[in-house]
Amino acid sequence: MSAPLLALHGVQKRFGGLAVTDDVSLDIAPAEIHAVIGPNGAGKTTLINEISGVLKVDAGRILFGGQDITALSMPRRARLGLARSFQITSVVNAFSALENTALAVQARSGSSFRFLRPAATERALNEAAMSALEQVGLAARAETPAGAMSHGEKRQLELAIALATEPRLLLLDEPLAGAGPEETERLIGILRGLKSRYTIVLVEHDMQAVFALADRISVLVYGRVIATGTPDAIRANPEVRAAYLGEDEGAEAMPC
Amino acid sequence: MSTHLLLIQGLNGLQLGILLFLIAAGLTLVFGVMDFINLAHGVQYMIGAYLAAWIAAGTGSFWFALLLALPLALALGLLLEFLVFRHLYDRDHLQQVLATFGVILVVNQGVKLLFGAAPLQVPMPELLSGGIPIMEGLLYPTYRIAIIVGGLATAGLLWWLVERTKVGMLVRAGATNAPMVAALGVDINRLFMIVFGFGAMLAGFAGVLAAPILSVEPGMGDNLLILAFVVIVIGGIGSIRGAFIAALLVGLVETLGRSLMPDLMRLFLSPSEARQVGAALASMLVYIAMAAILAFRPAGLFPVRAG
Amino acid sequence: MLPAVRAEAPAILLLAALAAAPFLGFGEGYMLTLLARAMILAMAAVSLSLLVGGAGLVSMGHAAMMGFGAYAVVILDDMGVTDAAIVLPTAIAAAGAFALATGAIAIRTSGVHFIMITLAFGQMAFFTASSLAGYGGDDGYTLYSRSDVLGLRLLDDRLAFHFICVGALALTWLLGRLLLASRFGRVLRAAKGNPLRAQALGFDPFPYRLTAYVIAGAMGGAAGFLFANATEFVAPAYISWQRSGELLFMVILGGVAGLHGALIGALGFVLLEEWLSHQWEHWRILFGVLLILAVLFLPNGLSGIPAQLARVARR
Repeated sequence: MSAPLLALHGVQKRFGGLAVTDDVSLDIAPAEIHAVIGPNGAGKTTLINEISGVLKVDAGRILFGGQDITALSMPRRARLGLARSFQITSVVNAFSALENTALAVQARSGSSFRFLRPAATERALNEAAMSALEQVGLAARAETPAGAMSHGEKRQLELAIALATEPRLLLLDEPLAGAGPEETERLIGILRGLKSRYTIVLVEHDMQAVFALADRISVLVYGRVIATGTPDAIRANPEVRAAYLGEDEGAEAMPC
Repeated sequence: MSTHLLLIQGLNGLQLGILLFLIAAGLTLVFGVMDFINLAHGVQYMIGAYLAAWIAAGTGSFWFALLLALPLALALGLLLEFLVFRHLYDRDHLQQVLATFGVILVVNQGVKLLFGAAPLQVPMPELLSGGIPIMEGLLYPTYRIAIIVGGLATAGLLWWLVERTKVGMLVRAGATNAPMVAALGVDINRLFMIVFGFGAMLAGFAGVLAAPILSVEPGMGDNLLILAFVVIVIGGIGSIRGAFIAALLVGLVETLGRSLMPDLMRLFLSPSEARQVGAALASMLVYIAMAAILAFRPAGLFPVRAG
Repeated sequence: MLPAVRAEAPAILLLAALAAAPFLGFGEGYMLTLLARAMILAMAAVSLSLLVGGAGLVSMGHAAMMGFGAYAVVILDDMGVTDAAIVLPTAIAAAGAFALATGAIAIRTSGVHFIMITLAFGQMAFFTASSLAGYGGDDGYTLYSRSDVLGLRLLDDRLAFHFICVGALALTWLLGRLLLASRFGRVLRAAKGNPLRAQALGFDPFPYRLTAYVIAGAMGGAAGFLFANATEFVAPAYISWQRSGELLFMVILGGVAGLHGALIGALGFVLLEEWLSHQWEHWRILFGVLLILAVLFLPNGLSGIPAQLARVARR
């Protein structure tokens, strides 16, 4: 494996007495889709929050492209090329889809301390934003206010925003959450289109999607990584089977 | 500065703090539980004072005034709640601020219309006039002692109500997480009305207490309201304990600052300058204290709100 | 482009009406004085609306910005400096510097705490002004004369002053519009609508908000300069929290959805106040009732009325 793009070394986080991230070490290789799965409450979203900088870790180090980012704020990490989507859709409702995406383009192209020229007429911003919207199939809805979009469309927009920053690493926190069957189908298609072009850390409950998309999977249980490997290896891993099949919900969801 | 004067100013500060607490307690609960910014809360204080003045003038008895003003202040508070405030709970803070400012204008001017613009005097009750010797050769007005004692007793009662009764438990829960309380099936509108009415009555009580020692005039609640807001922000919104400690702190800082600052300034400045600069600095002290506290503890001393 | 023009129409029409007012029968001294007062307060309200509507920063200390501008006029007047070419930049710089110093602390808080901390800084400015014995303390200071412009006594001419106020208001509004539509304004609006999203994109809201706070403060300083010249008098009352509150009410009354709301709100507020005060001694009762009714029945402010009517008509 080539040098990892993202590396976690012994990351720890406690909420009160509860260890929500317990000595987690992970390597994410360039251009892989690395899924993180685990039962509810395993600390998956916490992990995403630690990587993106929403939460500070108590111990351990996070390296991104070889640089130690453990102490950096979320905006600083974002400027290094870490983009994320949120489990609960997080777009600017008052903005159109285009402006949401153009804002993301703006984040990586030049200073935003420009005061007089209307941003809405900057062609370079709008073109890049449109191309991101096209990638997720939202080009026709560019002028629609985000607040007026359906849940599935917002999930697509969330992806477009992340793509528009031209990230070096995409952190996707349950991109399929709450989407209906058709929307899920469409979103999986979009994600498949990103494969091998982007490095992605994917947290997802939909096991069909995870096993279809991921190059490697890490299984998180009670804040600890109990296994990392290819989908086939994970399927066969006895510890994983015990952790999942011991749970009712996992037994149906896990395609064995 | 003699110990005598210091003691007197300390007691004056305590007494101001107690009045502030009575106003701030309702404000912080209404804000904490209902997420409602009520600029018109100072009006309740004025209403209490005017009711006291009106009844005392009619009956000649302060005690009658105290007895009757409380239920009347409560009734007027509930009337305002029914007419105006109730329709603002689900609006954003800005709209609440604008509408309750409108209420201030109406009530301040209404009071002027009914009682005239000149300040009214409320005679001190016979029983509490005169002074109590607190040190050798030092008398402190009995009435002010009574305010301190009465206020502390009310604070104790409030503490018992909030900490030990079922309604109090709901109020605390509401201050921490109102939507959750509503989701659990508590009649939140009734809870709101109880909290609101109680807060209005407390502020009215403060007005009655203040009436004999301060002049009763239109707009008397406005500046105290700002101080009460300072109190609840310093104390942490929704926290009775925080309001109590912050009210005493603000009362003492405000009163002691006014008497000590000019003397302190005289060390550096000429007497006339010292008086002017000292007075300005003294007025600023509470705001400096609030800005400093917020800069380091953005949610106040005793934050309540969850998340 | 057309919908953009339509969105700006109310403000442009209003400004045009103000410019034409002297020729439409509002040219008497009394009327011009009133309009000048309304326009200057509208300038302050527009700059405040930039903060409230654009950045989500509800300041309860904006009158202090005007106060800095006004006191700059007084202090320079006392030193014998009356040329607007020096006084105006000083007024703007003083207000901007105060905004920078206090904003750097205040913007660390949010919501109600921001309201209160800006109130606190406003009160500090207020009490400082009351302690300025050399400039009249509580009683205020009467200007010897209005500022002159490069030696010309331009501000003394009522009509000229009227047009200067119209121009200043138009410029404030235009700058605000451009600012909100720019890259900078887009980040500001995004940080208001969804701060988490803005941060996840790499925008730390703090420098953007602080810059907006300073710009609005500087605009407030310019309004203060004009206000001092309009009244030829400056007093601490200009900085009182009640005045800050009034500015905020103008903004809310007009509606925060666009800067033209502040224009409409300020003009409506001042003119209504003036008109009512001639009707009845206790006009404040009516004024208060109107404010309450406006909040209860016009959730989007005066500027939201057309949209509201359209909704009713469609039904």
